[in-house]
Amino acid sequence: MADTVASIASMIIDKLLANPKVPRDITGESKIVEDLAFDSLAVMNFVMEIEDELDVSVPLDKLADIRTINDLAACLASLKAGTAS
Amino acid sequence: MTDIFAKYAGLKTAAAGLTAHSPRNPFGVVIDHPVSATVGLIEGRETLLFGTNNYLGLSQSTAAAEAAIGTVRREGVGTTGSRIANGTYALHRKLETRLAEVLRRRHCMIFSTGYQANLGAISALAGKDDVLLLDADSHASIYDASRLGYAQVIRFRHNDPADLDRRLSRLKDHQGAKLIVVEGIYSMTGNVAPMREFAEVKKKHGAYLLADEAHSFGVLGENGRGLAERDGCEDDVDFVVGTFSKSLGTVGGYCASNLDGLELIRLCSRPYMFTASLPPEIIAATLAALDEMIARPELRTQLYANAKQLNHGLHALGLKTSAHVSPVVAVTLDNVEQALAFWNRLLELGVYVNLSLPPATPDEHPLLRCSVMAVHTPEEIDRALGIFAQVKKDVLG
Repeated sequence: MADTVASIASMIIDKLLANPKVPRDITGESKIVEDLAFDSLAVMNFVMEIEDELDVSVPLDKLADIRTINDLAACLASLKAGTAS
Repeated sequence: MTDIFAKYAGLKTAAAGLTAHSPRNPFGVVIDHPVSATVGLIEGRETLLFGTNNYLGLSQSTAAAEAAIGTVRREGVGTTGSRIANGTYALHRKLETRLAEVLRRRHCMIFSTGYQANLGAISALAGKDDVLLLDADSHASIYDASRLGYAQVIRFRHNDPADLDRRLSRLKDHQGAKLIVVEGIYSMTGNVAPMREFAEVKKKHGAYLLADEAHSFGVLGENGRGLAERDGCEDDVDFVVGTFSKSLGTVGGYCASNLDGLELIRLCSRPYMFTASLPPEIIAATLAALDEMIARPELRTQLYANAKQLNHGLHALGLKTSAHVSPVVAVTLDNVEQALAFWNRLLELGVYVNLSLPPATPDEHPLLRCSVMAVHTPEEIDRALGIFAQVKKDVLG
């Protein structure tokens, strides 16, 4: 099954909700740093978990442009499809 | 006008919170002056130093001091120039040649700090079409190097060759060069890299391997060349980076390699080219300290014995420390409040260690980072352990 942005976003949200400290009302538009109170290290460590799930590696420079869960999902989807620039 | 400091509002609050609960700023400690390698005067009290990275005690080497004094009288206090202009003296070349001999590498270039050695070597080695693979717990200088260069940067799980292998497999069609960066001993935790396993992974994928031996040079290996020497895989480490500001007690850094291309890095590494070179007296002191390190292998034996005494002692007190013996010992505490109280009390009773708070620590826990020296006496270590026991009782109950 192809990984779509929506399916990846949903998987990310499920993973985030497994952490009791994450607010319960997060959506694809939630901002990872501001709304989830993740510091830079926590973001990098969380992305590592998702990378394993999807078998991709997200280059660190791409993380700089990511603000919301949907941004992360879109980045992962393009890497997975091999279309990331 | 936009307040240029507005973005640091969160930092300001966090810093104010720290000092509100602490009688002193943990990041503003002043050592009035060192009394010896192991004792410094802090707040008027003689304090045992257990957080200096001065592993062999050579910051107080008489030979190094004499070499510096003689050189400063002869050559002055600074070079006022870059290595590619007026900042290369015969002494700079002499130290590069001597280090290359000691490290058994054909080429060596020295930088003005250890930070700049990583910054300058890594950012120049990994170019636009290349991939840098960094251990997740890499030092800030390695992360900053990755931002200064133009390579794609991929992070792998700390000390996990299998994870590195997976990530390199994903890059099998990538045409650029791949440079893996690991450290010998990790500065915050004292963890030691599985260097030989990393070397196997790099060979399998045709990548290059750079080892930052900042905390392991002078510490590991029969001759003190670091972890790669200890693990018998120096030929598989393409670039070795290190610093003079730990085991050699001065300041500066180096990158050494058998690859002739390293000499080209002198012409394109911005942190090498666009900064003043090390002052001649520092070079002279470093040469003398290097000779002392080589002439006194017993310092390494004593360092290991001292590390064992401190590691086992802290462990016996029921403090959370790593099981393996390393000259860097991290005591993990549950929260920042506890760590702050523990650190302050240690200092008041006469022991200085480093306080490390997240996100500068590998997880969300604060650390009391202790480093031991070859020149600590068993009595000094016992005294420090006694103070740790007292503080544990006072703070943790």
